[in-house]
Amino acid sequence: MKPIRRTTTWLGVLLLAVAIFSRLTAHAWGDDAPKPDPADTATGNASDVQDASGTHFVVTAPADLGADDAKDPQKAKTYAEAKKAYDEYLAQMKAEPLAVKLADGVGHNRVAINFMWTLVTGFLVMFMQAGFALVETGLCRAKNAAHTMSMNLLIYPLGMLGFYVCGFAFMFGGLGPIATMGGYGGLNHEFTINLFGKPFGLCGLTGFFLKGSSYDASVFALFLFQMVFMDTTATIPTGACAERWKFSSFCLYGAFVGSVMYPFFGNWVWGGGWLAMLGQNFGLGHGHVDFAGSSVVHMTGGVIGLIWAWLLGPRYGKFNKDGSVNPMPAHNVVFAILGTFILAFGWFGFNPGSTLAGTDLRIAVVATNTMLASATGAMSSCLYMWWFKTKKPDPTMMCNGMLAGLVAITAPCAFVGSGGACIIGLVAGILVVESVFFWDKRGIDDPVGAISVHGVNGAWGCLSIGLFADGTYGDGWNGVAGTVKGLFYGGGISQFWAELIGVTTNFVVIGLTTAIVFKIVSLLSGGTQRPEEAIEIEGVDIPEMGVHGYHGFVMDKEVETPHPRGYPSAANSKSAVSAH
Amino acid sequence: MKKIEAIVKPFKLEEVKEALAEIGIEGMTVTEVKGFGRQKGQTEIYRGSEYAVDFLPKIKIEIVLSDEKLDHAIEAITNTARTGKIGDGKIFVLLVEEVVRIRTGERGGAAV
Repeated sequence: MKPIRRTTTWLGVLLLAVAIFSRLTAHAWGDDAPKPDPADTATGNASDVQDASGTHFVVTAPADLGADDAKDPQKAKTYAEAKKAYDEYLAQMKAEPLAVKLADGVGHNRVAINFMWTLVTGFLVMFMQAGFALVETGLCRAKNAAHTMSMNLLIYPLGMLGFYVCGFAFMFGGLGPIATMGGYGGLNHEFTINLFGKPFGLCGLTGFFLKGSSYDASVFALFLFQMVFMDTTATIPTGACAERWKFSSFCLYGAFVGSVMYPFFGNWVWGGGWLAMLGQNFGLGHGHVDFAGSSVVHMTGGVIGLIWAWLLGPRYGKFNKDGSVNPMPAHNVVFAILGTFILAFGWFGFNPGSTLAGTDLRIAVVATNTMLASATGAMSSCLYMWWFKTKKPDPTMMCNGMLAGLVAITAPCAFVGSGGACIIGLVAGILVVESVFFWDKRGIDDPVGAISVHGVNGAWGCLSIGLFADGTYGDGWNGVAGTVKGLFYGGGISQFWAELIGVTTNFVVIGLTTAIVFKIVSLLSGGTQRPEEAIEIEGVDIPEMGVHGYHGFVMDKEVETPHPRGYPSAANSKSAVSAH
Repeated sequence: MKKIEAIVKPFKLEEVKEALAEIGIEGMTVTEVKGFGRQKGQTEIYRGSEYAVDFLPKIKIEIVLSDEKLDHAIEAITNTARTGKIGDGKIFVLLVEEVVRIRTGERGGAAV
């Protein structure tokens, strides 16, 4: 049986197994399983109403005081105050029944605003797929345009379906109540182990195929929002591995990324897993904090890109025997810059949307910080190249710089002030330039700078929380009281350690997982994921896709294809390429 | 009958065409080519790494004309295409054996 048919059969078997498993776990685990609300007939009521400082309209009855606690004067006092407030509330309810009914409407509207916000910002992030496609294709060569664009097109459904089958469940299955969207608690099973006497959440186990107790409007909104974030991760390695990747191998990668490569680290940071709990469990600040995904989304994508590009090998002709680089200039800077603006626009969904609440007015600060970091990132890359490196303002580096600033601000955007945002972006712009040179020196071919933009600056973004978080936001984050504060604002070094642990974990775990999945995909691809060298030289559009990117255009393929120098003879040029 | 193949800098094409029209030459074939002579290429830099651009874009003008007009044409091309800087180009003169106008079937001098 041909390798692709065999692969598809195995994937079909796997899918069947997951479907059966999910059918068995379709109901929320636990005895009083919350009731899902797929048509929003009951989501949002008086209990969702809060004022600006977060005080809830509905006062809940205080938990009964046990005999021991009643002897403690402090606890008894607190209980008495809470009981008094509750009794007052009950009296007011009786006196003004219309106000109670009105509160239900207000609560529904509040939740509706949050739904709207989450969905619309999710739509903006989906549009970033177009940005990635244009940036990557513009920075690659014309003869491979159809292939590069197609990878960026198909990663959208491939990643989404993997996330739908099991990725979302692994990542958010144990999230608990979705507070901003009505408090539905059907995602209520987190697989947890005990280490050092503390609970370590490892992955979620509800939400497969969005069935049963997951068929709830708020879960669907969360799924859509989180799925477009996952697809951002998924599309980053297509840039790092462009122009020398068999389309069939890319498709296999696509099947794995949304389903198993992305969700576990994501669960540990956003799904209530152990990295988020470093604060509660070990007193390390608020645990690993990552507001919109510098580590969860961008660093993960960058590390996958790094390992995959490294194992896949460089493009034919990129490196000479002595390690010097033969540049393959961008075929369309117009696309690259247009794509960068589309990404910057989409980032207005990426960062502010991560409040999951249009009623959390910190979104204004988040959006402005995002914008400022993109500006300083672009400026510092531009000036760094212009004044200190090549003496020309390189447009491709300006693009990378703007994106690096955006990646770096993604984690800290809610927790820093404008000054911090500017500095974070400025550092990112210089870091990305040096990083591009660094990987070139190490023989790792990254046609679009994806590893430098997303991997390196994703790490920087998280670490910068530990330095620049100014304590104006984040009270109660990851269950730790108090706002998030970094080293430069009197928060001590513990937040920085939590970020460092998270970043290191990402590098190690995602790195190892990627290496394993790479090997599996290579096996399923009949031994190698690269097209034959002659095909790579000719351009992969027709051989891999059957279609020209620019049918009817005369392309100067000789100019587009440097030949590696320093090897004994042209026939030996295979040694220029490391095939794994 | 002679054929001129003139390699000139691309931005000179319009001037050369007008100068030739003034001396009565109203037909030509033009192609975009690339090449180098003693001008050599130049070094560009992309994202920190250098690469050599050996071939520079030029325009090739092909004209078939009668022997009387040959010297005038060479003078017209040379005067308009010259910039004085390296890379101005070259003119090649070839012998032509036969010329045919497809529409009418005319041959020889009448077809030029």
